Amino acid sequence: MGDNATLWLPEGRSTLAPSVDALFNFVNIVSIIIFAGVVVSIIYLAFRYRRRHEHERAVLVHENTLLEVAWVVVPVILVLVTFFWGFKVFMKIEVAPPDSYEIGVEARQWQWTFTYPNGAVTTNELHVPLGRPVRMNMSSVDVIHSFFVPVMRVKQDVLPNRYSHVWFQATKPGTYQIFCAEYCGLNHSAMLAKLIVQTPEDYQKWLESVAVPTNLTPVEYGQRLYQQQGCMGCHTTDGSPRVGPTFKGLFGHTVTLQNGQTLTADENYIRESILESTAKIVQGYPPIMPTSYSSLEEDQVTALIAFIKSLK
Amino acid sequence: MANPSQSVAAAQAREVQAHQHANVNYLNVDKSIKSWIYTLDHKRIGVMYGVTLAVTFLIGGILAMLVRTELLTPGPTIFFSPDGGLSAETYNRVFSMHGIIMVFLFLVPSVPAFLGNIILPMQLGAKDVAFPKINLASYYIFLLGGVFTVVALIVGKVDTGWTFYTPYSTSAAASNGVLFMTLAIFIAGFSSIFTGLNFIVTIHKMRAPGLTWNRLPLFVWSMYAVSLVQVLATPVLGVTVMLLFFERLLHIGIFDPALGGDPILFQHFFWFYSHPAVYIMILPAFGIISELVATFSRQRIFGYRAVALSSVAIALLGFMVWGHHMFVSGQSVLSSVSFSLITYLIGIPSGIKVFNWIATMYKGSVWLQTPMLYAIMFLFLFTIGGLTGVMVAVLAVDVHLTDTYYVVGHFHYVMVGGQVIAIFGGLHYWWPKITGKLYKESVGKIAAAIIFVGFNFTFFPQLVMGAHGMPRRYADYLPEYQMWHDISTIGAYVLAIGFFLAAGNLLASLFRGMQSPANPWGAATLEWTHSTSPALPHNFLRTPIVTRGPYDFHLAHDIFEEGDGAGDGTAEAVAADKGTGPDSPPPPGNVGQPIGKPPARPEK
Repeated sequence: MGDNATLWLPEGRSTLAPSVDALFNFVNIVSIIIFAGVVVSIIYLAFRYRRRHEHERAVLVHENTLLEVAWVVVPVILVLVTFFWGFKVFMKIEVAPPDSYEIGVEARQWQWTFTYPNGAVTTNELHVPLGRPVRMNMSSVDVIHSFFVPVMRVKQDVLPNRYSHVWFQATKPGTYQIFCAEYCGLNHSAMLAKLIVQTPEDYQKWLESVAVPTNLTPVEYGQRLYQQQGCMGCHTTDGSPRVGPTFKGLFGHTVTLQNGQTLTADENYIRESILESTAKIVQGYPPIMPTSYSSLEEDQVTALIAFIKSLK
Repeated sequence: MANPSQSVAAAQAREVQAHQHANVNYLNVDKSIKSWIYTLDHKRIGVMYGVTLAVTFLIGGILAMLVRTELLTPGPTIFFSPDGGLSAETYNRVFSMHGIIMVFLFLVPSVPAFLGNIILPMQLGAKDVAFPKINLASYYIFLLGGVFTVVALIVGKVDTGWTFYTPYSTSAAASNGVLFMTLAIFIAGFSSIFTGLNFIVTIHKMRAPGLTWNRLPLFVWSMYAVSLVQVLATPVLGVTVMLLFFERLLHIGIFDPALGGDPILFQHFFWFYSHPAVYIMILPAFGIISELVATFSRQRIFGYRAVALSSVAIALLGFMVWGHHMFVSGQSVLSSVSFSLITYLIGIPSGIKVFNWIATMYKGSVWLQTPMLYAIMFLFLFTIGGLTGVMVAVLAVDVHLTDTYYVVGHFHYVMVGGQVIAIFGGLHYWWPKITGKLYKESVGKIAAAIIFVGFNFTFFPQLVMGAHGMPRRYADYLPEYQMWHDISTIGAYVLAIGFFLAAGNLLASLFRGMQSPANPWGAATLEWTHSTSPALPHNFLRTPIVTRGPYDFHLAHDIFEEGDGAGDGTAEAVAADKGTGPDSPPPPGNVGQPIGKPPARPEK
């Protein structure tokens, strides 16, 4: 699972990881010692004082206040140490350094969209520069999601009605896993993304290569929106069905609706299906398309229709 | 040597023996169906609960097996969608049903409504609970709520998990089902409130003469603590359901951000009920374990007061820790820090209990019968559950662990390793009291061992893969986690075999089991010393007079007279027992009347 992974924890790739891991290991080791003590005591007592004959009488044991106080005080000290330690590291996790590099995160059922300072947008692939604190400014367009990067030891719920934040500073280039950790419906387990940590030079080169080009044709703009707005999460362009019907060959073809009606997919049908997603449900597909697409701009809808038209 | 209280005890013991052989008990006193349907007998209501809960446990367990089987391989294993891929929809519905049925229809009612109903009044020396009709009503309400829940789950296609987080739960796909689901849980909640209320009044008002608070069996103390939580926390669930209804019908923005509501508010409401509900699920286990450890060690519980009061402390502190489910939800940092601190405090009374139970075995006479094996198993598993609980209470570490399999492993160690194991221990312990039959010890012990092995193979890998980042509620997973999932699934099959063997052993005893003597374990609490097995129709022949603590085994002669508290469920003992009983002289008329001042409780 990676070079410095242990039996208990995956590799740590952020500046936060060593502090979190030290705390985890401390609690784990103390727990193992306590557990071993419990097991040994039980086995010893059960064997040493096992019932030897039917009419055996036990000697009454009187309570021992000192002993009882001891096993209150010692755990109290242990948990207080753990609490303050946990609190200290928690504040480090919660407060991003002031000079952090900021990336926007938009979560939706069931994909991640990342927006970079130069306006570039990626889907399900997050690029960050090595050795620099990166702060995610996150929001959701539908339900609650959770941004979870195990190797960075960070997790934060992403909410529909407010921004939430998470930060980390990567310590080694590589490709790592991002999960959605808060159950968000049908394809929760497919809401995955890759985290790609690059050296600052590589990152800069990559960032320029994905900068927003000007003078796009409507079809190109539509294709871009298809990726950015998350259409690709549910609709394929190669003819195979996913959560929703494929876009390939959709335009001009006959569609059977859930109530048995049939119609020809024209511009107005597609427009209505984007803006008012539950108006006409195609037979065999669940009515789960987010209603958030009603906020698309007029030119964006036009571009998407142009893109769908182009998929013959 | 013979003092008045001793001769009373002797006479009562002989009287109970005589009735044991006359064999008139609560089961055979009236065998008509009608006498069961309308029964006000707490024991029969308890048995009806027991049968119902066995069904819900079986359903929940089968669903768990389906979940584990699907997770054998990444991609589809048994849940196929029409196009041959993985049907995440099926998976999501199955894991939701598993959680909802196990939590609301099994774990919450399990001990109070089943074992509590049967045993609590007897341990108090009472004829019944304070409000027998409310008790019967609670059963039918539970049945209604249960049927409603299952129908809503199937028809309503609920796929939200047992936590119903908004706004997903109120979004179009699942919302109607969720609304009826929560209503059903609300109905079932009433039965919980009824039971709690009944127990509180019963414990306050119906204790036998001489049964002071310091002489209450610890099972009674834990039932008292649980009842407080049931009565105080369950209404919050009702309020939450009402608010969901208002939002849905009147479009008042409460939880839905689209209407100006706040989804985190739902989480606060939900956990304000559901965290105390976790203590409804574990506190009764503490009570059972106290009974088992004391009886099978022939020793007073070490630190009786600390164990008794720690239950109440846990019940009260349990209301102030709900926010520890929400460290990464977006609640304020100050809230998270405060909830973390109080959560640590609640770990202390739990630790005290474990240490005191272990110390009780010191200089005891430890009898390793099946119920005691479950008690020892509980101590192992609950300790792991508790220590992993401390781990997830550590703020910085919880950020990494929350919503992963580590949390799934942790709460199964507490809920299954704690509560379910304690229920099995209690069930084996009180089985002769409930049915009058002795099960096969050898099979019982083998089943317990299989359960122990299966349990650890199921849930320990979940702790490891969770720490490695495997998120919970995933229909599909990355191949690197497959090894852990496979061990867990195989462990689950072993666990299921163990449960079936244990249940089969108990059921077989109904047909082929030896008749139990009145007190097969030599226990010292009233349900064993002053009643027959199965129990008398009205529990006791006359109200017992209590002159000692619940675990004063050193007063064996006072308690058991000739029997000497040996307690042995073997065939020889039963045969020997048969030889003496019927010849015992009839009880003198004044037995059960207080004679003079009861002797003071022996102090240290």
